Amino acid sequence: MEKLHLEYYLVVSIIMFFAGIYGFITRRNLLAILISIELILNSVDINFALFNRFLFPGQLEGFFFTLFAIGVSACETAVAIAIIINIYRNIRNIQVKNLEQLKD
Amino acid sequence: MEYTFIIVLLPFLSFLFLGLAGKKLAPRVAGYVGTAVLAISAALSYLAAWQYFTTAKVGGVFKPWSMDFRWLNFTKDLHIDLGMLIDPIAVMMLVVITTVSLMVHLYSIGYMHGERGFQRYYAFLSLFTFSMLGLVVATNIFQMYIFWELVGVSSYLLIGFYYTKPEAVAASKKAFIVTRFADLGFLVGILLLSFYTGTFSFERLTSGDASLFNEAGGVTFMGCSVIGWALALIFIGGAGKSAMFPLHVWLPDAMEGPTPVSALIHAATMVVAGVYLVARLFPVYYLEAPDVLVLIAIVGAVTSLYAAVVACVQTDIKRVLAFSTISQIGFMMVGLGVSGLEGHEGLGYMASMFHLFTHAMFKALLFLGAGAIIHAVHSNEMGHMGGLRKYLPVTRFTFLIACLAIAGIPPFSGFFSKDEILAATFHFSPLLGAVMSFTAGLTAFYMFRLYYRIFWNKETRHDHAPHEAPRSMTIPLVFLAFVTLVAGPIPFGKFVTSDRAEYLIHLDWTVAGASVAIALVAIALATLLYRKESAIPDRLATSFKGLYTAAYKRFYLDELYLFVTKKIIFNGISRPIAWFDRHVVDGTMNGFATLSQRVSCAIRGFQSGQVQQYVMVILLGTLFITVLVLFI
Repeated sequence: MEKLHLEYYLVVSIIMFFAGIYGFITRRNLLAILISIELILNSVDINFALFNRFLFPGQLEGFFFTLFAIGVSACETAVAIAIIINIYRNIRNIQVKNLEQLKD
Repeated sequence: MEYTFIIVLLPFLSFLFLGLAGKKLAPRVAGYVGTAVLAISAALSYLAAWQYFTTAKVGGVFKPWSMDFRWLNFTKDLHIDLGMLIDPIAVMMLVVITTVSLMVHLYSIGYMHGERGFQRYYAFLSLFTFSMLGLVVATNIFQMYIFWELVGVSSYLLIGFYYTKPEAVAASKKAFIVTRFADLGFLVGILLLSFYTGTFSFERLTSGDASLFNEAGGVTFMGCSVIGWALALIFIGGAGKSAMFPLHVWLPDAMEGPTPVSALIHAATMVVAGVYLVARLFPVYYLEAPDVLVLIAIVGAVTSLYAAVVACVQTDIKRVLAFSTISQIGFMMVGLGVSGLEGHEGLGYMASMFHLFTHAMFKALLFLGAGAIIHAVHSNEMGHMGGLRKYLPVTRFTFLIACLAIAGIPPFSGFFSKDEILAATFHFSPLLGAVMSFTAGLTAFYMFRLYYRIFWNKETRHDHAPHEAPRSMTIPLVFLAFVTLVAGPIPFGKFVTSDRAEYLIHLDWTVAGASVAIALVAIALATLLYRKESAIPDRLATSFKGLYTAAYKRFYLDELYLFVTKKIIFNGISRPIAWFDRHVVDGTMNGFATLSQRVSCAIRGFQSGQVQQYVMVILLGTLFITVLVLFI
């Protein structure tokens, strides 16, 4: 079996990243946007693990950082969902085009 | 003598306490606290006076005692101190202020009973007492200026005590602005004087050390020496506080305040601050600018004659007393103006200080009496009084004593002090003496006009019978009447003189006899006109209609002031400045504001609030930069 190269992983990560960005920009629903953000974060996590594995084998900083980022993103998701629930309670809607009050 | 510090400090603590905790106290308690604190202050002042006058004499001259601490240190030579200077006039003023203030505190418990803001009233009274005490013990002219402004503020607060009454508000503003205007002269005078002499200290200024004034020796401005100008400007400050013509306009209006306040501030203590200031700097005036002293004498004489004439026709009893105060302060100023410095030449100075002392007592008595009368009939107008002698026996007798004292009838205290001023004035210039004697006659006339119109004349019908004031109000009346009765023969020359050495008073019987005769004639005339209801006063008023109306309108001075300020200053200066401010200064700023508003309106379209749009822009920007970096 041919050895898996770094680039293969990177391609996956890039696809995930841009899929996330695309979703973030085009989705109209706050939950879908949140999911897109998770995609972006996970692609970055893959990069961390990847570079640690290939460039600095025997060291663990990248793995730890990945775990750390997963923890932080879990918290962030919790906060974001709380905000979304509150928005829903206020305007009965979580469509992002309706959220313009803060600009004034 | 360190404990004299406490005399000044106590009213301040009382002010803080009543001002901060007053709302939580019952009104009665606030009154008792204020009065008790003042009682301690007064007792300490008597102790200080006794100790100072018995022990401080060294070689026949009273030695001043002082302590200082450096407060503001600007440079090595320029610093402002705060401290206590105890010398004969300061001790005398301590006694006068604490006595009158104590009486007023006590009196107010009865007079202000049930008023809204009773605690606030007592807090302000304490503040005033503190400032006035600080003023008289000032060791340097700058400290005096600070306390000078503080008494101005407390006077403002107390005149405007009934702040829901528009007249009271207007009067308090007027008093503040007029005296502030005069204080500007005072400040410029202080700066000039200290610039050329290099010191603020009273002790150094009045030490008679001519070398202090060397630097200013050659400097003149418009034909007068610069020290002369400085002293004249300082006198303007004093004239403002002491209601000298033509800066007197605020004092009659200040009667809108509560009557005990008028007794304390506008009769006995604050209005003599100007006299005190001149007395404090007297050696400087005498040695460096004798011309200014002549000016002071003339201003004093004009003021006292003018105020006496106006007092003869006023119908509001407090206004009569206010003009009488102005007139009597004029007497004190004349006394200072005609005085010399050494030995027997210093009669005027001694007499002026003596008159200050006796006047404070009997004028406070008159005002407190007037307060008791107003308390009984609920009106200031003479027309609503008349025939009150049956209802207010205590007030009537104490009032009569004060009237006799101010009219200059022996053996009441006013006779002695006023007679010495007249003697000094005759010695200086017979013409001035004659004017002052005439004024003294007018004084006797208007005081007895007041007395008869209140207590005799036609009895007015009252809805309910007027009743004598409560005990807390009559005790101060009786006490002050007692002082007025016995203060005359005090050998004042032993204590307070221009050179601090002993001065032997001997009455000049020609002057004394003449002035008593004039006073008796004036009293007889008043008796004739006002004791019974008669048509003569009205007939006189009609036949001298022009003079009567002019005097009633105070010779149109207020109208003149209004004309100058409203028509000339407002239209000529204020309006153009206001226009400049509104259109040029504000216009520039408004222009900036409009401009930035327009710009922000133009760019606010970028801020759509759509996060996704922002991300799109960021993404495109990043891609653009990446492309730029990779391919160029």
